[in-house]
Amino acid sequence: MKRLLSIALLSFAATTAFAAADEFTLTIKDHAFEPKEITIPAGKKIKLLVVNKDATPAEFESKPLGREKVIAGNSTGTVNIGPLKPGRYPFVEEYHENDAAAQGTIVVK
Amino acid sequence: MFAAALIVFRESLEASLIISIMAAATLGIASRGRWIAAGILAGLAGAALVASSMGLISDMASGVGQELFNAGILILAVGMLAWHNIWMSIHGREMAAQAKSTARAIHDGSRERSVIFMVVALAVLREGSETVLFLYGLATSSEDGLRNTVGGGLSGLAAGLLVGGLLYAGLLRIPLRWFFSITGVFVLLLAASMASQAARFLIQADLLPSLGAPLWDSSGLLSQTSAAGTLLHGLIGYEAQPAGMQIVFYVAVVLAITAGMRWVNSRGPVRNSAQPA
Repeated sequence: MKRLLSIALLSFAATTAFAAADEFTLTIKDHAFEPKEITIPAGKKIKLLVVNKDATPAEFESKPLGREKVIAGNSTGTVNIGPLKPGRYPFVEEYHENDAAAQGTIVVK
Repeated sequence: MFAAALIVFRESLEASLIISIMAAATLGIASRGRWIAAGILAGLAGAALVASSMGLISDMASGVGQELFNAGILILAVGMLAWHNIWMSIHGREMAAQAKSTARAIHDGSRERSVIFMVVALAVLREGSETVLFLYGLATSSEDGLRNTVGGGLSGLAAGLLVGGLLYAGLLRIPLRWFFSITGVFVLLLAASMASQAARFLIQADLLPSLGAPLWDSSGLLSQTSAAGTLLHGLIGYEAQPAGMQIVFYVAVVLAITAGMRWVNSRGPVRNSAQPA
């Protein structure tokens, strides 16, 4: 049991360390996402850097991804994503979620 | 204006449901109204403070400070709710007998009052800090300007409080014999729901594996953004696309609190509470 646990912990640590390599950047400006679609690999952990170029706070939110993160004005937030199955995962900037510009999709292939 | 109303409604609904359940579950405790009001005020003050330092909090703990902060608040609230439910399983019947004759106060309810205060304050703090940021952003950035934002925010808040008030009124109509069992179940599910949200933040911080993300998808059946979905999320923690780890936390908290309640009950009757209901 102890060995199983340490193997599990080791592999967990390994995947965590490995994940640091993959980073994707998403920019918010005038409450609009750029790009609107990001393609990431399936079954891997990635870091999504959300750069908020507006002076006001923004909130990256995705119900399908189970993520929500407030990003202060003129700063960058990191959102850990995955490992995910292939598919389309929409996200919004919650404070302006009804604007088409504040909606985007993460495509997992 | 509509956006402001909608967001404030959604955030205040969750806090309002928690406050209503706490208010009903602590029926019969002396001056609980004042403790609830104090909790709301403390929560609002805390929310303003958290919102103003959100950038700072985010940068802490190598970028996952916000996740840890949210998970911490939720876990603290789960702990308080667990303690509340276990305590109430001993004193509930005692209070049920006295609830209708408010002349006599429960003399050992003083610790319970700090639980009411804490749970209300934490709920308002967590839901409030996002709302404060949103309103600040909207007031400074939109052409609507401050007046429309405040108007929208207030009508959203009023709608959130109305639903909470309806829930409270509904709970009060439950016959006294079942009252503390039913509010106990509500508090139990509330704690489990908060634990599941805490798990979500710990997954986001990359401190826990997701164990299936999502484990299932019932958004076609009941979308979490629909009115019913939002209400169920606030009441029992319904999520259309939960991670496996969230289910583990949810079930673990339900089992732990239930076991705690059973355990204190099995330790023999407490004075004045042994009479059959």
